[in-house]
Amino acid sequence: MSSALHAIRTIAKRELLSYFTSPVAYVFLVIFLLLTGFLTFTAGAFFERGEAGLNAFFAWHPWVYLVLVPAVGMRLWAEERRAGTLELLLTMPITAWQAILGKFLACWVFLAIALALTFPVVITVNVLGEPDNGTIFAGYLGSLFLAGAYLAITCMTSAMTRNQVIAFILSVVICLFLILAGFSPVTDLMLRWASPALVDTVAAFSVVAHFDGFQKGVVDTRDLFFFLSVIGFALFATNVLLRNR
Amino acid sequence: MAGSLNPPMIKIENLVKAFGAKRAVDGVSFAVERGEVLGFLGPNGAGKSTTMRMITGFIPPSSGRVSVGGHDVSEAPLQAKRLIGYLPEAAPSYPDMTVHGFLSFAAELRGLDGDARKRAVQRAVERCFLSSVLHQSIDTLSKGYKHRTCLAQALIHDPEVLILDEPTDGLDPNQKHEVRNLIRELGRTKAVVFSTHILEEVDAACTRAIIIDRGRIVANGTPAELKAMSATAGAVMLHAQGASAEKLAALGKVEALDGAFRVYPRDKGAAGDLARAVVELAGREGWKLEMLRTEEGQLDEVFRRITLPDTVRKK
Repeated sequence: MSSALHAIRTIAKRELLSYFTSPVAYVFLVIFLLLTGFLTFTAGAFFERGEAGLNAFFAWHPWVYLVLVPAVGMRLWAEERRAGTLELLLTMPITAWQAILGKFLACWVFLAIALALTFPVVITVNVLGEPDNGTIFAGYLGSLFLAGAYLAITCMTSAMTRNQVIAFILSVVICLFLILAGFSPVTDLMLRWASPALVDTVAAFSVVAHFDGFQKGVVDTRDLFFFLSVIGFALFATNVLLRNR
Repeated sequence: MAGSLNPPMIKIENLVKAFGAKRAVDGVSFAVERGEVLGFLGPNGAGKSTTMRMITGFIPPSSGRVSVGGHDVSEAPLQAKRLIGYLPEAAPSYPDMTVHGFLSFAAELRGLDGDARKRAVQRAVERCFLSSVLHQSIDTLSKGYKHRTCLAQALIHDPEVLILDEPTDGLDPNQKHEVRNLIRELGRTKAVVFSTHILEEVDAACTRAIIIDRGRIVANGTPAELKAMSATAGAVMLHAQGASAEKLAALGKVEALDGAFRVYPRDKGAAGDLARAVVELAGREGWKLEMLRTEEGQLDEVFRRITLPDTVRKK
């Protein structure tokens, strides 16, 4: 067991360091912070709302992650395949699961760092008013799981191909489906021809609905279970894809 | 044979790998003992890399069994992989890492920590002559250095079994020479399998060679045995003033080559018989011998005869 953890940690450490030895990490961090800042304060009308909360900030996360998470994650396996290092990695005395978890966790930690760097917005709202910091914390937790779900999906599409562009496009499409499934303009449109039960079933797959609770400060185990099962399923699929390459 | 009481380090039984309808490897069986260096020869696309990928557990066989050190690669992959050092065909590595970082990473994945890891990295660096580029990032290195970095990774845990897919590919003649010496030295205590299509390497480094073509083994023997399969093996080549084909014809079939003659023995008798007969004949006839040698046979001739070139196969 400890050797499994050792292997996961070794893989994760290398992966995380590789982000910071290339410009990828810095470009991502800058764009992520600029984009969330811009959307929150201008398009989100943060000040005009007059609310001591971060709804204007978190509401954009499903959309910001839609592009940025696949952009960081697309190389996870596609690049290993293209460069041939996959052969090196999978002939080491480690299991494919250890490699998958190591790489996934490294990338998730990186996204957590990016998310943590948005702390000025928390300070701002605390200076201006008296927000419920429990709600803000729940929002951050939800945002982290949302990013994890997108990342696991990107991990899966990245294992399908040696081409990073294909991995990117596939994961954006899948993540977009997971947003739109519960997006009210889409569900309203669907109600015209589908039964409400079907619409509800499809909407249950939506990340937006499950993220909503967190934004309101409610950490519901069903929402947590939803995100964890998306992550679990996508990583399981990654394992199947890597073994049947 | 040494260690015949123990199972061989590498044992392959009836290995098959099918990609769709094409059988890339089609019923290959062989065994490699400790202390052997097995040269794996064959034209491009013959199934060399596919076989090696099955030995190292990178791709599962369609049928058949591979065991390394007594561990079945499909059933106990981790135990088998611990014993193996593997250099894949394109010698891949992570370009953004330094040589030292990459080798430390490999050592860590092999479960080496602390001082043991430092020593392992240092030994591999010395063996592969990498100390001058130790802290350079891999993407700045020349092809030869990149190749040796990946080779060092394969040696990092001093493995019992080495699987090297074209270890001298892309190296200059000096580096090739060093790597061959290294393989020969490692082969004294380990089981080594390496693939190549440079035939002189078989002579330089192997104790045994297997020629594979279209997924099947077509020859298996020591380099001398393989060369003996050549048409010219055992023939006597001579260059002498006054020599004549008619007189030599009494000893065997004669071929005239640019002032020299090649005499083929009528039957494969004891080595040297024909050469002595030629010397006696030259003495009786008063020819002035300038050069005389018994041919060992040529591997490339054997290779061409028993494998089909891929230029033909594509049609």
